[in-house]
Amino acid sequence: MNYYREFAKGIWEKNPILILGIGMCPTLAVSTSVSNALWMTLAATFVLIFSNIIVSLVKSVVPSHIRIPIFIAIIATFVIIVELTLKAFQPDIYKSLGIFIPLIVVNCIILGRAEEFASKNTVLPSILDGLGMGVGFGLTLTVLAFFREILGSNRLFGYTLIPGMEPATIMTLAPGAFFTLAMMLWGMNAMKSRKGR
Amino acid sequence: MELKALFVILISTIFINNYVLSQILGLCPFLGVSRKLDSALGMGLAVVFVMVMASFFTFLIYKFILIPYDIAYLRTIAFILVIAGLVQFVEMVIENVSPVLYHSLGIFLPLITTNCAVLGVAVLNTEAGFLDGNLGLLKAVVQGLGAGLGFTLALLLMAGIRERLEIADIPENLKGLPITFIVAGLMAMAFLGFSGMKV
Repeated sequence: MNYYREFAKGIWEKNPILILGIGMCPTLAVSTSVSNALWMTLAATFVLIFSNIIVSLVKSVVPSHIRIPIFIAIIATFVIIVELTLKAFQPDIYKSLGIFIPLIVVNCIILGRAEEFASKNTVLPSILDGLGMGVGFGLTLTVLAFFREILGSNRLFGYTLIPGMEPATIMTLAPGAFFTLAMMLWGMNAMKSRKGR
Repeated sequence: MELKALFVILISTIFINNYVLSQILGLCPFLGVSRKLDSALGMGLAVVFVMVMASFFTFLIYKFILIPYDIAYLRTIAFILVIAGLVQFVEMVIENVSPVLYHSLGIFLPLITTNCAVLGVAVLNTEAGFLDGNLGLLKAVVQGLGAGLGFTLALLLMAGIRERLEIADIPENLKGLPITFIVAGLMAMAFLGFSGMKV
């Protein structure tokens, strides 16, 4: 098995957001600033890797008709770990990510990878798969957050960019999220069709 | 006065804080099941039912089990298990009552479990200050109802637009998800107008 491929497929070829089109809610909702996006990536990747590990270890013991509730319980356990850790050490981040921390449980990427990959593969490929998907998710999220933070609040990492300029607040609200992702998907389709020609 | 408070919760969850278009929750079914009007309606009603029931049960569990025993940190896992059970129940009912609808909803029916709007409304109910008052349970259920109706409204609007987009002449690279997101963005802008509403 090609370990590098298991890692790299999540970044482009099977990018969870841009290609598979899953995990949209946290992507759009927390991409209001780059720091939120990075913390969300860290939290989701942690859950993704560890749930993949546990699922790949218990896959032969779990009866197939009740596997989904069991996977969800495993994922929820790691989400609670993340939730309590962030609450204790990063209370500001915990507050600004808000309900999107508990909502990592229902992030389709994590359950999707548990079901599609970790329940069919051994531990090491599952770790790499989780890591790759986490990085792919994080890259998309960060690019999205980069544009939305610059345009929507005239800031980057908390520093004001152009003093005195009035930012377009709509970019930090829901419409801005939808438009920015639409532009990214459009650009990606354009690249794909140019390559195909 | 309490009646007015309930009405305010209902209106603000449907229009002002619409779960899909303003809080960005529940996008997977919003994008996945909005191709046809009738399956959108079926999906919407199933979500309304699950949200109302989930609000009811999760609120009771949180207030009378998790808080008294000081295990509120188990909220996420307790809520998701309740929701998974409810969805299983709805799935069985729809399969028996309307097999046609069951097949047109397909994979998205079991996925109501992972619809973040459902877990979202359960979590928000515990954070909205409903726990102290007398009518907390009623308020939570009304918020669940409003969230479900708001989701259905957004889904129906989107399905109506997408049925027309099928025959529209769209640039090749915009077809599919990109144009859907642009439409969603325009709808979200329209819904921003409701935030000026005084209730």
